[in-house]
Amino acid sequence: MTTPISVFPRLERLLPRVSKPIQYVGGELNARSKAWDDVTVHWALMYPDAYEVGLPNQGTQILYEVINERSDALAERTYAVWPDLEALLREHGIPQFTVDSHLPLGAFDLIGVSFSTELGYTNLLTAIDLAGIPLHAVDRDETHPIVLAGGHAAFNPEPIADFIDAAVLGDGEQAVGVITEVVRDWIEQGRPGGRDEVLLRLAATGGVYVPRFYDLTYLQDGRIAAVTPNREGVPARVSKHTVMNLDEWPYPKTPLVPLAETVHERMSVEIFRGCTRGCRFCQAGMITRPVRERSIHGIGEMVAAGLAATGFEEIGLLSLSSADHSEIGEITEQLADRYADDKIGLSLPSTRVDAFNIDLANVLARNGRRSGLTFAPEGGSERLRRVINKMVSKDDLIRTVSTAYANGWRQVKLYFMCGLPTETDEDVLEIAEMAHDVIRAGREASGSRDIRCTVSIGGFVPKPHTPFQWAAQADPETVDNRLRKLRDAVNADRSLGRNVGVRYHDGQPSLIEGLLSRGDRRVGAVIEAVWRDGGRFDGWREHFSYERWTRCAASVLTEGGVDLAWFTTRERDGDEVLPWDHLDSGLDKQWLWDDWQDALGEFEQDDCRWTPCFDCGVCSNLGTDIQIGPTGGELPPPEGRRQLPLISR
Amino acid sequence: MAKRQPEGPPPPPVVQKVRLRYAKRGRLRFTSHRDFARAFERALRRADVPMAYSAGFTPHPKISYIGAAPTGVASEAEFVEIGLATAVEVEALRVAIDEALPPGIDIVEAVEVAATGARSLADRIQASHWSIELPGVAAPAAEQAVAAFLAVDEFPVQRLTKDGHRQLDARAPVVSLCVVPGGDAAVTSSAILDLVVRQVTPAVRPDDVLSALREVAGLAPSAPPLAVRRAQGPIDANGTVGDPLADS
Repeated sequence: MTTPISVFPRLERLLPRVSKPIQYVGGELNARSKAWDDVTVHWALMYPDAYEVGLPNQGTQILYEVINERSDALAERTYAVWPDLEALLREHGIPQFTVDSHLPLGAFDLIGVSFSTELGYTNLLTAIDLAGIPLHAVDRDETHPIVLAGGHAAFNPEPIADFIDAAVLGDGEQAVGVITEVVRDWIEQGRPGGRDEVLLRLAATGGVYVPRFYDLTYLQDGRIAAVTPNREGVPARVSKHTVMNLDEWPYPKTPLVPLAETVHERMSVEIFRGCTRGCRFCQAGMITRPVRERSIHGIGEMVAAGLAATGFEEIGLLSLSSADHSEIGEITEQLADRYADDKIGLSLPSTRVDAFNIDLANVLARNGRRSGLTFAPEGGSERLRRVINKMVSKDDLIRTVSTAYANGWRQVKLYFMCGLPTETDEDVLEIAEMAHDVIRAGREASGSRDIRCTVSIGGFVPKPHTPFQWAAQADPETVDNRLRKLRDAVNADRSLGRNVGVRYHDGQPSLIEGLLSRGDRRVGAVIEAVWRDGGRFDGWREHFSYERWTRCAASVLTEGGVDLAWFTTRERDGDEVLPWDHLDSGLDKQWLWDDWQDALGEFEQDDCRWTPCFDCGVCSNLGTDIQIGPTGGELPPPEGRRQLPLISR
Repeated sequence: MAKRQPEGPPPPPVVQKVRLRYAKRGRLRFTSHRDFARAFERALRRADVPMAYSAGFTPHPKISYIGAAPTGVASEAEFVEIGLATAVEVEALRVAIDEALPPGIDIVEAVEVAATGARSLADRIQASHWSIELPGVAAPAAEQAVAAFLAVDEFPVQRLTKDGHRQLDARAPVVSLCVVPGGDAAVTSSAILDLVVRQVTPAVRPDDVLSALREVAGLAPSAPPLAVRRAQGPIDANGTVGDPLADS
């Protein structure tokens, strides 16, 4: 293969004509650019959204470093280009490019696309098409890159099965190594057997799902009859990957520091992976089990190295529920002490209502910085919170927000969902009551009338590999109606309501997200039709078109008894073959079903970190185990600071 | 209610002021002023510069930015002033900050400001010297346009701002404008303009002068013009732009 040539000289002339050109030039601090000819395997890592969203993505940054540390491979990054640049690229015949060395995407051996959300699917098609790669995997040959999907959405990649060559489930750190080696050997052997053979070799590892090696048959009523491998050596079920011992994987070590403004600009450290709180709506919590903590020592090392490499002014302690780390008190306190003089703030993006306390409040408020406090009761009523297994009581919430208001916070944000299984208008209207009580308690605790509470509401989307995977999604009209009533109820008491802000998105994008989340291979044609009709950036309100999605779905889904409603607002039976049944997240389908029944019966499920194992199946099926502290350790000793030579005065 | 104040002693005062000249080069010329400010503040942290901070609940490092070149325009002469809480060796400081910035944003000069009596940096910026490459424009065509532009005393142009169209005079602040020989014209087929503009409010930029040249003589480069700020600072009687860091 010849060394590809940078498109930058051609791109550069177009940049003055597009918005925020800085997002396309690369050159970020800590960016890598390895010599093409020095390695065998070339990865392009794509985050299928705008640069400002994609750059901070932890998964992409981790894999970027892990691959670039290998001697046999390199990785460059690419992001979705906005429609203004897309039009110019087409007009001037310039392909989709990487931002590091501005190489054409089609020259790479692998394109790894990280899907945090299904709403990035149309952007995948834009990138593949701009790269000059055939849209459909079956039309590609061995000169084309292997298009590989990862991220949470890859746990049901069936809607994009036509467009990807393979999908990888779970943690990528080790999986990219295995894939690199398979592809490297195949390239070095002279690409025997062409594209088919390299895909077969990947599938044979048991950890790479290659859709073309599985046939689907359907029942007359539209349901799936069976998913069966059509090749020798292809596993009937593909397993997710689980990285054990996070301390051995301290990535990203040198996070990228963008010049352009992005959505998260902080030194993020993943303090643990996985969550067993068992919220039944939460796909992330279900598919990332078991809980694996990074030790306080490991966290301290990553923070010190990362701050030195970036100069960020905030440390973000990431996880699905950060206050649940077994040593969160020690971690936050020691970090706040260590970096007090540097004016570095601390943030915990996901804090449970019941885990927030006065100590944590004080630590987060050091240096006068009070980053926003968000709590997520998720369900408006106690009953509904039992259904979703998010067991925080209203008393907990009032106590917690009182603590926050008493400690100087003037604003608290509460996050809820609407359209949850079994939900009624009354459940949602209780949110108004809760918001009023929060304002009352906050006024008393702070001694001020000038406080705010923002209620933010998202539409619930049932997700694969969760107990709610069988549930009927609420239609947009129901959701919009309930939210209108809620807004009226909040404002019914002006003296309290004026301190409450209600923010919600209408239910329409959620329904399409639902189609893409629980759809099967027949949904691929809808995605393609929407994309051909101009659909781009579906995660962005100003670009999303519900009219386009419903129109295209109606025109494409005409056979086999399926339509948009069938994929979304239809409740599934226990015996239905789900499109992702052959993809193994470790969770037992029977356990998920039992948990679904428990939800309908309003029974709660405990957390296996503090109570006996309840056999969700993950550890026994995948040979993994919970890894939690406390370790009793502490932050590593501070390193000597570089000091500029002083002059005396 | 009394204004709430953070507990503890006030932050240490500024004991040293340093003025820096930096360049915005190559692909990083697409850095906006806001982008630069964020990158610069992070570089100060990475370089462990003992910055002085403002008082209050949200302390800010003491930094004064001087009017920056537009996004997409390269520059060899941008300026920023910082206040330090501890006095350090200025050249070591320059090197440390430069190393903490991505290549393409380069700190090229650092000068300590005299404790008293120094004129502010903004006061010293009286004019700007630009070099503008016009791809696909032959030198004679450029010369004709320049002559027509210089022949008038006033040249109103429109500029699109986020508040809509705004009219300004592109001619009056122009001290000099000429076409310079730009290497082998046959090979590059690009005329290069040399422009000195007096600092006015709102600032007249290369784009405004190019709008005027387009209007007066239909000058239309085949690709976006490449502008570079060569210098900005005091201007002498000969129309030469000097170094604003001299005699700080």
